[in-house]
Amino acid sequence: MKAAQLLVIALFGALLVYGTSDLPHRGRADNRMHAEVSMSGTPVAGNYYIRNAYRDAKTPNMVTVILGDYRGVDTLGEEVVILTAGLITILVLRRRRDT
Amino acid sequence: MRSPMHSPIVLYGARFLSPYIMLFGLYVIMHGHYSPGGGFQGGALLAASVLLMRLAAGQEVARLQFKDVWAMPLAVLGIAIYFGAGLVGVIAGGYFLDYAHLPLPGVEPAKLRYYGLLIIEVGIGMAVMAILVMIYDNMTLGEDTDE
Repeated sequence: MKAAQLLVIALFGALLVYGTSDLPHRGRADNRMHAEVSMSGTPVAGNYYIRNAYRDAKTPNMVTVILGDYRGVDTLGEEVVILTAGLITILVLRRRRDT
Repeated sequence: MRSPMHSPIVLYGARFLSPYIMLFGLYVIMHGHYSPGGGFQGGALLAASVLLMRLAAGQEVARLQFKDVWAMPLAVLGIAIYFGAGLVGVIAGGYFLDYAHLPLPGVEPAKLRYYGLLIIEVGIGMAVMAILVMIYDNMTLGEDTDE
């Protein structure tokens, strides 16, 4: 059993190494993720963010602008999810006084 | 906690570290415009400083730093700050969460977005800190009082 587990882990690791050997090199200009037009022919949103984030919000940290301004409703939803998790702990984890 | 270590070294170490972690959390929230960070990360750091005292000193002493009944109002207030910043934009004639319509006279729209981002980061930080503390408090409620 132990040998079978080790064999599965070794095979899976070999599969991952084989998969990474075909990845594009990091930082090369003609990578797919650096293209201005996506495979379906639509403009990529990341280019707009990179070009206009500082002009729109005068904030050097592009990630903050995307999270808080361009995708603000998404972040509001994340916060409501966290609040819901906190409320659930009141219902589930808090001990009743009569037990 | 169920089996607290009554160790003065742990207690004084936590008392020494907790204010610095809290200060670093405030820095991460306020400096999120210029460096990696923001409301979520800073809120987690603030919660870490509170939970360190909770773990080291037990609930009774740690309540002197942050009462457990404050967590729920603080979380709701954080969400309300975020939602209110969006709603003010709607009332002032823009879209929801469009900070360029915040009613601050004499500030250009790009700078208004800057301040809007700062407001919502503070709201996120308050909510995340309060909710993390609230989860810990609800998990350990009543476990250290019956000693």
